[in-house]
Amino acid sequence: MGQITFIEHNGTEHVVTIEVGQSLMQVAVDNDVPGIDADCGGACACGTCHVIVDQHWMQATGGIQADEQGMLGLTPEKTETSRLSCQVTVTEQLDGMVVRLPEFQM
Amino acid sequence: MNLLRPLLEPVIQPALDKASAVVPMHWQIRGAHAFQGLKQRAGRARPIPVFRESPLPQVSTLALRDIDVSNPFLYRQGLWHSYFKRLRDECPVHYQSRSPFGPFWSVTRYEDIMYVDTHHDLFSAEPIISIGPQPEGLELETFIAMDPPKHDVQRQAVQGVVAPKNLAQMESLIRSRTADVLNRLPVNEPFDWVQRVSIDLTSRMLATLLDFPLDQRHKLAYWSDVAASPPEATGGLSNTDEAFDVAADMARTLSLLWREKEARLDAGEAPGFDLISLLLTNDHTRTMINRPMEFMGNMVLLIVGGNDTTRNSMTGGVLALNQFPGEFDKLRQNPALIPNMVSEIIRWQTPLAYMRRVAKRDVTLNGATIRKGDKVVMWYASGNRDERAFDEDPDRFIIDRKNARKHLSFGFGVHRCMGNRLAEMQLRILWEEILKRFAHIEVLEEPGYVQSNFVRGYTRMQVKVTAKT
Repeated sequence: MGQITFIEHNGTEHVVTIEVGQSLMQVAVDNDVPGIDADCGGACACGTCHVIVDQHWMQATGGIQADEQGMLGLTPEKTETSRLSCQVTVTEQLDGMVVRLPEFQM
Repeated sequence: MNLLRPLLEPVIQPALDKASAVVPMHWQIRGAHAFQGLKQRAGRARPIPVFRESPLPQVSTLALRDIDVSNPFLYRQGLWHSYFKRLRDECPVHYQSRSPFGPFWSVTRYEDIMYVDTHHDLFSAEPIISIGPQPEGLELETFIAMDPPKHDVQRQAVQGVVAPKNLAQMESLIRSRTADVLNRLPVNEPFDWVQRVSIDLTSRMLATLLDFPLDQRHKLAYWSDVAASPPEATGGLSNTDEAFDVAADMARTLSLLWREKEARLDAGEAPGFDLISLLLTNDHTRTMINRPMEFMGNMVLLIVGGNDTTRNSMTGGVLALNQFPGEFDKLRQNPALIPNMVSEIIRWQTPLAYMRRVAKRDVTLNGATIRKGDKVVMWYASGNRDERAFDEDPDRFIIDRKNARKHLSFGFGVHRCMGNRLAEMQLRILWEEILKRFAHIEVLEEPGYVQSNFVRGYTRMQVKVTAKT
């Protein structure tokens, strides 16, 4: 079983065990990582599961579809390596990944 | 700095384009108004529906095809529950072929609404999101009624004004204004919560966002009310003359405000965090004033969006806690429930009943075939009471409801409410400050309800507050 580290905006780290095939959002919610609202339940429709992926992990998170790009465009805190965690499927390749939470969800 | 330069620029109404290149915006609106009057007298204007209230039938007595949920009295008469429940159960994607607003589809279940809202490739928000059209001659351009990519550019230019970072800086200001309003309330005697609290607080907030003179804030509430209630758009009570008068007053007042800010920026003053300063410092919008319909559209959107919604949730919360007194007890015992209660208030009230789309091609939705060009209305008010999505009795107000946050009131997808965090913050602060001061807020009589198929709101609500001992 691999692990992913979520780092809150205030620096608090949450190391969680991953389950391949789940979305990154689901992993965070199941492990009570604060700061992921996921109001739409994973439909890529609210932008409130925004995470910022460490640069060198970006490619491993997979491609970004137009829908996700559109929703990310609505958050003022978007960065080059922003993802909506509901659109990232957890794979073995993500073992050890570090993602940061923005200060605010939109 | 040439203060006149701005006023010597463009145009409002296609028919007046050429003649009006040197006319200020509010004069252009006056011109459009006169032109509309001529059209009306010549019998060339689109007819405007007239609504007179009479008791509506029980839904059980109607054939499905006769159910018309666009009736602007449905909410006021307390019948919307039963009408929408029947549609959800028997005909979740429903066609009404001859309403006063023309034919339209109603989408009434949560999942189907989510589908329509998240498929802007299939369902266009243009030209407007009300069931009926905007008043002729006053067709404003606003990004809530634009599709990507144009929508994205326009929204991105203004969304900073309500960005969470900006809001965090406003929190203490909002709290002090809320405290001020509550401290002035009479204790142990009846007063109108709508006027004294809901309207006053939301118009103060709008004045802050626009950096608008606080002593004229009542204008913002009035403009918003008129803009949201043309009979042909939503079945409301404003009339064409009033709409043009308001548009002209808005244009004059807000373009002066714009010019003043522009002059201060040109003189080297640091920009503020208000909406107009943000528009003036963004490359895409700095010349927006030269496009009057777009300028006015953005202003109206922000003013209506920030007004009716929060106002009626402020009233609705008090009403809900009176209808479900056990929840009021729960709240007093555990104020930490306030953030979740705020979501539940917004779900329970659903201050805007729907958003309208137009099918861009033929689409099959839950068995119904919607044709290209058909109007499709997503009834958030119905989806928020859908038993399939909210398993814990959706008609009940439950302040610790587990999935209250998944409500549809903010919409989903690219048009999701831009001011959602501001609205939540205003309501949270209001309830935090209420609990500090009052033991109880008693609703004394049935409130007055707005005439509209769009705004689910209150005209008045007599209450009495009891101080905390």
